[in-house]
Amino acid sequence: MNVRLYLWQRLTAAAMVPLIAVHLAVIFYATRQDLTAADILARTRGSIAWALFYGIFVAAAAIHAGIGLRNILVEWSRLRARTAGIAAMAFAAVLAALGARAIAAVVLP
Amino acid sequence: MSSELTVSLWRGSESGAYETYAVPARQSQTVLDVVTYVQRNLDPTLSYRFACRVGMCGSCAMMVNGRPRWTCRTHVSKVAKDGRLKIGPLENLPVIKDLATDMQPFFEKWQDAKGVFEPSLTRHDPIQEIRPDTPDRVAADAAVECINCGVCYSACDTVRWNPDYMGPAALNRAWSLVNDVRDAGQTERLQAIAGDGGCHSCHTHQSCQQLCPQSLNPTAAIAGLKRRTVQAYLKGEIKA
Repeated sequence: MNVRLYLWQRLTAAAMVPLIAVHLAVIFYATRQDLTAADILARTRGSIAWALFYGIFVAAAAIHAGIGLRNILVEWSRLRARTAGIAAMAFAAVLAALGARAIAAVVLP
Repeated sequence: MSSELTVSLWRGSESGAYETYAVPARQSQTVLDVVTYVQRNLDPTLSYRFACRVGMCGSCAMMVNGRPRWTCRTHVSKVAKDGRLKIGPLENLPVIKDLATDMQPFFEKWQDAKGVFEPSLTRHDPIQEIRPDTPDRVAADAAVECINCGVCYSACDTVRWNPDYMGPAALNRAWSLVNDVRDAGQTERLQAIAGDGGCHSCHTHQSCQQLCPQSLNPTAAIAGLKRRTVQAYLKGEIKA
């Protein structure tokens, strides 16, 4: 890991601390209040705030997990740092795409 | 303690096996005493390394019952389990023969981490006065007593997993110099330790701190280097 990756991993970790807290609170709220899928979609569709919230969350998670996976591959596999970086970047892109798809499904009107 | 120790010693190079010897137990006996007894009385072909025998030179580190130790200052009574000792060459380093490892990769990483003092003055300049109580000097002093024994390097999980990682000793040395106000090579040093294999690979397992015979804290030194390199990176002084 170099200083740039280190910094990005720490920054995304710090960003995710409040995001995870809000995300968990939302889950508890939705289940405690017995919100249906229709109730949830009524709140999220067309909401720029939720799109931004989960957009930042997905980006941070993809970057954070990508850097972490690169480190694991460097230490635990026989891959060279460059190859591990490419593999981890591909994984991060898949995470970002899956997350973007999920956000689009609940946010787009 | 029983009157006899059962001592297993690594014999061979990278491939080999542990062989068992019976060694008389003595009072105030060190692990190095045990190895020396075997070499002088039981098998003169045993290879191992030592010099000062008083904990100054850092030559005699070996694996003792699974942990790297400076053998000249490690009492048998503190580490033997039921009168048994298992002594091997330091881990994470190539084995030359028996208990002697090749320390070359260890010292090459000191060079990679720019562990050499770069003077900012010449011999014609007056001697610079450094107050011992300034924060920089206190930090440099805390890291300066390393005896290069390789115990921390051998104890480090990250070195085991990532052979490119510079390791606790080299980075601890770099931290000592980073805090030395007389040194003129700071940017190059921070650049050298900010890449893959540098200080950011440390997982803060703290085995180095736990096992350092000099009670140094390389983990804290590495944490300091992480902060300094991030600051230098954000200021544009070094590149990733």
